[in-house]
Amino acid sequence: MKTVISVIGKDAVGIIAKVSNVCAQNGVNIIDISQSVLQDMFVMVMLTDISNATCSFKDFSEHLQALGKEIGVDIHVMHEDIFNSMHRI
Amino acid sequence: MINLNDILETIQMINQENLDIRTVTMGISLLDCADSDIHRSCEKVYEKITRLAGNLVQTGCDIETKYGIPIINKRISVTPIAMLAAASGGNPVLYAKALQRAADATGVNFIGGYSALVQKGFSAGDIELIRSIPEALSETDNICSSVNIGSTKAGINMDAVKLMGQVIRQTAEITADRDCIGCAKLVVFCNAPEDNPFMAGAFHGVGEPDCVIHVGVSGPGVVRCALQKCPDGDFGEIAEVIKKTAFKITRMGQLVGTEASARLGVPFGIVDLSLAPTPAVGDSVAYILEEMGLEKCGIHGTTAALALLNDAVKKGGVMASSSVGGLSGAFIPVTEDAGMIQAARSGDLSIEKLEAMTAVCSVGLDMIAVPGETPAETISAIIADEAAIGMVNSKTTAVRLIPAIGKKTGEELSFGGLLGSGPIMPLHLDRSCKKFIDRGGRIPAPLQSLKN
Repeated sequence: MKTVISVIGKDAVGIIAKVSNVCAQNGVNIIDISQSVLQDMFVMVMLTDISNATCSFKDFSEHLQALGKEIGVDIHVMHEDIFNSMHRI
Repeated sequence: MINLNDILETIQMINQENLDIRTVTMGISLLDCADSDIHRSCEKVYEKITRLAGNLVQTGCDIETKYGIPIINKRISVTPIAMLAAASGGNPVLYAKALQRAADATGVNFIGGYSALVQKGFSAGDIELIRSIPEALSETDNICSSVNIGSTKAGINMDAVKLMGQVIRQTAEITADRDCIGCAKLVVFCNAPEDNPFMAGAFHGVGEPDCVIHVGVSGPGVVRCALQKCPDGDFGEIAEVIKKTAFKITRMGQLVGTEASARLGVPFGIVDLSLAPTPAVGDSVAYILEEMGLEKCGIHGTTAALALLNDAVKKGGVMASSSVGGLSGAFIPVTEDAGMIQAARSGDLSIEKLEAMTAVCSVGLDMIAVPGETPAETISAIIADEAAIGMVNSKTTAVRLIPAIGKKTGEELSFGGLLGSGPIMPLHLDRSCKKFIDRGGRIPAPLQSLKN
C-alpha cells in the first residue's frame, strides 16, 4: 500500500533527514521525493510503500505527526488513493 | 508520481477550508424486528442495531486515519418506527429508549428514524407515534424524529400538518429548560427521501436493502475559496468552478463510502453531495452567495444565486459518484451557518426570503428559531406553505422550527456544537390562520401537466 507523506512548514536544516529516518526505523520504503521552497515555505512530498512496515499505519502516522510538532512543521500521512480519486478521472 | 499541486490542494482543502466527510450513515431495516410484544420487539431492535453497527464508529475512525480526511459523524438510520409500533402496539417511547441504548452501545452520535409516513393518511401506529414524539425527544439525547406529511403524488395531509404544529410546540415546551433542543431533532417533510444520510431527517426507507452505507459530504468552505480565485468571472465561469469543486468533493465521498462498505461487508448506498454548513467561520453557504457579489445573504438576488449554486453542485457531483441520492444540494439551516446568523441578526434575511430560497435548494425552512408565543396553528401554516412548495415543484422540502419558549423576537437561542445559535426571527403573529388549519382533510395532489 502506498502513502503520501507531505511536509509543509518553515525551511530548516535536516527536515528530510529526520522524516526519512522515521521511515527507515519503521521499515517504510521511500519510492519518490519531490521538494521545493515556495516563498520561504518548505514543501516536500514523499511517496512511500508501507507494505513491509514494522508498525501499524496509525502508529506510523502518529510518529510522524509527533516529529512534525517537534520540528515545527505540518506533516500529513495519507493513502495515495485520496489524491488519485480526487484529481484523476 | 501524483502532481505536487494536487496534493497541496487537497491538504489545503482539508486543513484550511474545512473539507470533511460530514457523515457516514448506516441504514438498517428493522422490519424483521416487528413483534406483537413491544418489549420483545425493542430487544430485537437493540440486538440488530448493535450487531450490524458495532464496528461502525471504529471503521469510520480507521478510514479517517488512512486518508487523513475527517469524518465528523457516524450515524444510523432505521425503518420508520411507526411501522414497528403498528405491529406491536404499546407506548412507542419504549422504542425511542431502545434506540438510545443502541446509540450508547455503538457510540454513534445520532440514530434517525423515530418516524412516520402519513402523506395520505394515518395507519395503525402512526398517530400514537406522532403524539409520543415530544416525550421521546425529551427523554433521549441522540434520537431524531421525522414525519412525512405530503408528497407530489399524494397531496398534503392537513390533519397531520395540524397535529405536527401542536407536536412541535409541545416538544419545545417539554425541553424549554434545554433551549428547546427537542425541536432541533424533529423535522417535518414533504417528499421525504428514503436514503438521506443527514439528520434530523434520516430514516431507512422500506424500498432499501436490509443494511446499507450512505455517505454525506460537505464543503461550503472549499466552494467559497474556489470562487475567491475567480473574482470577475461571469455566471458560466462561476458554475464551472463550482462543478469542478463539487466533483472533487464527491469523489472523496465515493472513496470513503466504497471503503466503508467493503470493510463492514455492507452494500454501498449513495453519496449525498450536500453543501452542509457548520457554525465555524468559513464553512458557510451564505458566504458563497455573498462571494458571488451579494452584499448580504437574504437581499434581492439571493434566490438566483442559490439556484445556480444548487444546480452546479448536483451537476459536478453526479459524474463523480456511481450513485447519488439523498437530499443532494445546498442546505440553508439558519442557526448552523455563520453567514445566515449574521444576516438574520442584521434583519437582511427574513423567513419569507428563506421560504423563496427553499424553492430552489435542497431542503427547507431549517433550524429557524421563532418566538415562544407562536401558536401551534401558525407553525402548522408555515409547514403547509413549505409542503406546498415541495408538492408542486416535485422536490423535497422540510420544516425544522424551534419555538423559543419564553423568548421574543430579537433575543437569541444557543444550542452549541454543530447546531449553533441564532436570533429569533419575526413572524406574522398579529393575524390568525386558525380557521384555515382547523379545516383538516387533505390538499389534493397537483396536476402534473399544464405547467405554467
